[in-house]
Amino acid sequence: MANYPKYYTIWHKLGVNGLKLTAWLVLLFLMLPIIVVIPLSFNAEPYFTFTKEMLSLQPGAYSMRWYAEILHDEKWLMAIKNSFYIGILSALIATVLGTCASVGLTNPKMPYQRLIMAVLLSPMIVPVIITAAGMFFFYSKFGLAGSHLGIIIAHAALGTPFVVVTVNAALAGFDYSLVNASMGMGARPIYTFVKVIMPLIRPGVISGALFAFVTSFDEVVVVLFMAGPQQTTIPRQMFSGLREQINPTILAVATLLVVVSALLLFTMEYLRARGQRIRGGQV
Amino acid sequence: MSGVELTQAEKRTFDRTQRKARRTALLFVAPLLLFIVVSFVLPIGTMLFRSVYHPAVAELIPATLQKLKAWDETSNTIPEPDALQVFAGELKTLVENKTFGKLAEEINRSSPGASSLIKSTARKMSRLDDAELQSKGDQALLDAGKQWSNPNLWRSIKKAGNVFTGAYYLTAVDMERNGEGRVVSRKTQIYTDLYVKSLKIALYITLLTGLIGFPLAYYLANAPERTANVLMVFVLLPFWTSLLVRTTAWMALLQTNGVINSVLQSLHIISEPLELLYTQFSTIIAMTHILLPFMILPLYSVMKGIDPSYFRAALSLGAKPIPAFMRIYLPMTTPGFSAGALLVFIISIGYYITPALVGGVDGQMISNLIAFHMQSSNNWELAAALGSLLLVLILAMYWLYDRLVGVSNLKLG
Repeated sequence: MANYPKYYTIWHKLGVNGLKLTAWLVLLFLMLPIIVVIPLSFNAEPYFTFTKEMLSLQPGAYSMRWYAEILHDEKWLMAIKNSFYIGILSALIATVLGTCASVGLTNPKMPYQRLIMAVLLSPMIVPVIITAAGMFFFYSKFGLAGSHLGIIIAHAALGTPFVVVTVNAALAGFDYSLVNASMGMGARPIYTFVKVIMPLIRPGVISGALFAFVTSFDEVVVVLFMAGPQQTTIPRQMFSGLREQINPTILAVATLLVVVSALLLFTMEYLRARGQRIRGGQV
Repeated sequence: MSGVELTQAEKRTFDRTQRKARRTALLFVAPLLLFIVVSFVLPIGTMLFRSVYHPAVAELIPATLQKLKAWDETSNTIPEPDALQVFAGELKTLVENKTFGKLAEEINRSSPGASSLIKSTARKMSRLDDAELQSKGDQALLDAGKQWSNPNLWRSIKKAGNVFTGAYYLTAVDMERNGEGRVVSRKTQIYTDLYVKSLKIALYITLLTGLIGFPLAYYLANAPERTANVLMVFVLLPFWTSLLVRTTAWMALLQTNGVINSVLQSLHIISEPLELLYTQFSTIIAMTHILLPFMILPLYSVMKGIDPSYFRAALSLGAKPIPAFMRIYLPMTTPGFSAGALLVFIISIGYYITPALVGGVDGQMISNLIAFHMQSSNNWELAAALGSLLLVLILAMYWLYDRLVGVSNLKLG
């Protein structure tokens, strides 16, 4: 038992322990669905649930067959390829445009800052169903619906607010006199950007890029509306799998995605710590 | 400022550098602004415009509508014979272009039952040659069905010919125009009921995330630094995990033969499996899980900044723990709580994927109906009207968020 301050009553101690218990239960609630997916994906039977054999830990009840299934299914392979292709390209566009805009937005001389900020953040606020419907009509007119390019543009638009927000945060507390000094000594804006601003905000830019990538990687509604059979992505394939024939291949894919998100999480935490160090805050 | 006065030339130089700085700043923002306007704002704008702009009928029978302009629809008579002749002629053209079904469908919306009449009449007109249509098209039309002598049908044709219409908004709030053109509410309240249900579901989710997020955020904020950092991973990992993965997991948990039912049955708590999946309950529980980090993170960051000595001071001065907690600690968490609650509410009200997969019939939300009208019933105008109402609702919440929390305080991760 921990040492409690002298003035704590028995009720207070009960409260503290009750709180601890509740907190752990909530953590369990948060993690349970993610933990459950992993063993289920090694099910030897085509079920979405634990078999009796699995619960008694018989080795024969577990298999890698659903992982092998992914490798043999052209639809999944195409979906994986598309997800990365669309994700990387849209994140690239979002990061370049978003970082540039952030530098302008945080400039104290920026006119109409609030209005422009509201427009730039709007893709984050508008429900994605409205975005998807609108984009479907508009992009069809230009033959962009049912093309990779159309989805890349759409995902880039959805990803930019995250880049703007993270880079803005990285630029908060940025000493603007550094820019004035650079410009005053005759450096062009682009040169100043590359040599003075960029090194200071790099962790913010990279985490913005990761956010934009995840936004695209996880996005399914726009893909549902706009994609043809050639543009299927992982979440799109999961969505139709869950609606049509549920089989544990989806759980195998889900497990792989959990691994991807764990990697992303640790990268983000590392970048955040670095960003704080650069800005001179406590690590 | 007193003292040094700037000369005219210095003032001009100053103004010029100011202008140049503004231009540089704008130049950096311009590419993204242009990109967002073209790829995002314009598509949404044109879609929302569809909710009031509906030229379908006007494009199908332009000449008839031109003629109908002269007709006084408040009188209890049908239009002049020459308008009827023009209409008969246009019906024939529509049959030739195979677009008469579209007209039938459009008119049928405002006067049910007109569809079959228009289709059969159009076929009859197509059998007449042009000279016959010119001379006695009006009589042929009136002979094709007695409904053609009813001014109400002509009123709805004239009405459907309006390029701009508020009719879809009326439908979206379960109202309609009756025969005399008065706005009345419909017998069945489909859409308002669904809006109310969506708001209710969003409210339940907000309350649930607040209720279970608060103790965890409090515990994390007051735990030793190392413990908190490790436990934070368990909050952030679900946050970073794909939405589809989390929804899949809940389907595996809640199915009839799923994990939860199996566990409860093997513990002999229940004898028959519970129907958990495809209900409103499954929508609420899965979305609570998905949105919980959005509540915990702002709460945590506010609680981190609260000095524990206030609470301790209250206790050492003799306050009972619960009143001290309610009156000292709780009010200080309001900024985090309001930020988290508004964020969760705004996100959940427009949710689509999770209700579509786990919601069944009872757990559907407004977004699902919009998708239905887009993809299955092809009533895009109604989808646009429902969508713009949803958008107004969300912008109002967002405005509130900006007033209470400030958009610039938005933090991610």
